Amino acid sequence: MQRPIFRWIVYAVLAAVLIGFPQAASRYWTDVAVFFGIYVLLGLSLNLILGEVGLFNMGHAAFFAIGAYTTSTLSTRYGVPLAWLFPASAIAAGLFAYVVTRPIIHLRGDYLLIVTIGLNEIVRIALINNPWNLTGGPNGLLVMDRITLLGWSARTPADFYYLTWGVVVLAVIALVRLQRSRIGRAWNCVREDEVAAAAMGIDVRWAKSLAFTLGAGLAGAAGTLYAAKIRIISPDSFTFSESVILFSIVVLGGLGSIPGVIVAAGALMVLPEIFRDFMEYRMLVFGAAMIVMMIFRPQGLWPSRRWVRELETEAAPGADSSAKPPAAPAPAGER
Amino acid sequence: MEIFTEQLINGLTLGSIYALIALGYTMVYGIMRLINFAHGELFMLGSYVGFTLLVSRFAAGRGPGLLVLAAVVLAAMVAVAAAGVTVERVAYRPLRQSHRLTAVVSALGASIFLQNAAMLLWGKRYQAYPVEYVPAGRFELLGVHFTAMQLIILATALALMLALYFFVQRTTIGMAIRATAIDHDTARLMGIDIDQIIRLVFVIGPALGAAAGVMIGLYYRQIHYTMGWAYGLKAFTAAIMGGIGNIPGAMVGGLLLGVLEMLGAGYLSSAWKDAFVFIILIGLLILRPHGLLGERVAEKV
Repeated sequence: MQRPIFRWIVYAVLAAVLIGFPQAASRYWTDVAVFFGIYVLLGLSLNLILGEVGLFNMGHAAFFAIGAYTTSTLSTRYGVPLAWLFPASAIAAGLFAYVVTRPIIHLRGDYLLIVTIGLNEIVRIALINNPWNLTGGPNGLLVMDRITLLGWSARTPADFYYLTWGVVVLAVIALVRLQRSRIGRAWNCVREDEVAAAAMGIDVRWAKSLAFTLGAGLAGAAGTLYAAKIRIISPDSFTFSESVILFSIVVLGGLGSIPGVIVAAGALMVLPEIFRDFMEYRMLVFGAAMIVMMIFRPQGLWPSRRWVRELETEAAPGADSSAKPPAAPAPAGER
Repeated sequence: MEIFTEQLINGLTLGSIYALIALGYTMVYGIMRLINFAHGELFMLGSYVGFTLLVSRFAAGRGPGLLVLAAVVLAAMVAVAAAGVTVERVAYRPLRQSHRLTAVVSALGASIFLQNAAMLLWGKRYQAYPVEYVPAGRFELLGVHFTAMQLIILATALALMLALYFFVQRTTIGMAIRATAIDHDTARLMGIDIDQIIRLVFVIGPALGAAAGVMIGLYYRQIHYTMGWAYGLKAFTAAIMGGIGNIPGAMVGGLLLGVLEMLGAGYLSSAWKDAFVFIILIGLLILRPHGLLGERVAEKV
């Protein structure tokens, strides 16, 4: 049991670090922190789908791509201000996800996984082939505009940092509220046992569809930030391996765990910057680390309480001598 | 008609490669309910091992010869089978009792590891495959033109697939594999060593993949360390199309996918050909959620 006062102290310290960071850090590290924030948003958006509802979505980069391309196309071709494109990209990505996942929402586990990989590939190939001259083909699009909100515009890395992390903080607050709401509990119920969930009166199709739509919407909004920051949007940024990285962020962090996703995204964005000298070996180590993590800490870096319980009940005792005991108890102070 | 037969032959050649790789996915899935994401990388490894042998002193100066090719294919199969068993031992066995997702992520980790290991070993650039051992020439059979390499690929793939089919259907060990695929616990009660069967599957699948890897190098004449993703994804799609876990399904799915891809490239648009493949997959899964030859599995309550 945590006393609320301690929790508020922790929040205050986190807020102070978050606000003070660009003042203390170089422009370079501020930029790293911006991408860290964008990946937190992406990880959290996939967490809604994969973590909360247990839908194996390995094509999340497709929704991110729809958001980023909605932003860059409307901005470069039609001159729509970037600030308006936050909601526009979120709606476009959410709508896209709603429409394309409707016929496949009943697929389970590995079948859903291969279909979402397929969606990712279809979107990427479509972007390369430049339909109706909208996407700029393999070279992509150049975003020239700046984000301007109520007369304040994001010029320096620090401006961008505050914008990104402002969005992250808002998203985290909204997602925590959502997780504890009736919808969040219904999602977890569907994840743990679909048949039982349906028997309890949860509309399973609706619950899954909603997760896909909201998750894609958030990824779409992250796409706007990404487009505004990186300025050159090309199909190379939205490949299958991007989806794999997002998938790993959610599982390595701990399914359904918001702090877990943040920690995992941080590890994935910040550690490579620290070990820049070993650039070549970076992904080699990452692959090995994924295996080691899954063997020794399958519940993730910062697991959610509900997920630990599920792992414990699912790891059936087998005759296999190499079977590991079920997941260790969650560390104190989670959530 | 000219285009049709040509693309059909191209499609069957490519499809038999997909089928060989798909067999590895489908056998592992049938036994362990695990998508072996590292399988595409094992295929790529086979290609590189073959490449290394072909450019080495061992093969130099022996001229065009099917014997050299056969020896290289066999050596690659043995080497990659060893790699496959190692991957199983390190990345999958400790996770056999755990949740599905942890095994998926471990498989992805193994895949990323192998891909980057290949990049560090053989470099980032495309490697030109030595093709001086491939007999030149074109053949005509019933008015259809084949190149020698296409004939070799089709014959090898057919022979390997038939051998596998008879091994699984007609031998005692094959029966043990099928029994394990149906139910681990019952198979164990019947005296089958599950660990041994899983190891065997991780010998057969990667070995078939390695043969496919060498042949794709000889056919397209260049290889790259990222080719495992692309071919693996297609082959896995083929396995799903045929009904995952089903060995004839993987063969049918592979051939069908190769033919559809090549016909799509010939008649519609080659830039969109990979997109067709996935659109067809999604359409098929909407109509037949368990693939062409897959069995309907009752919903467990």
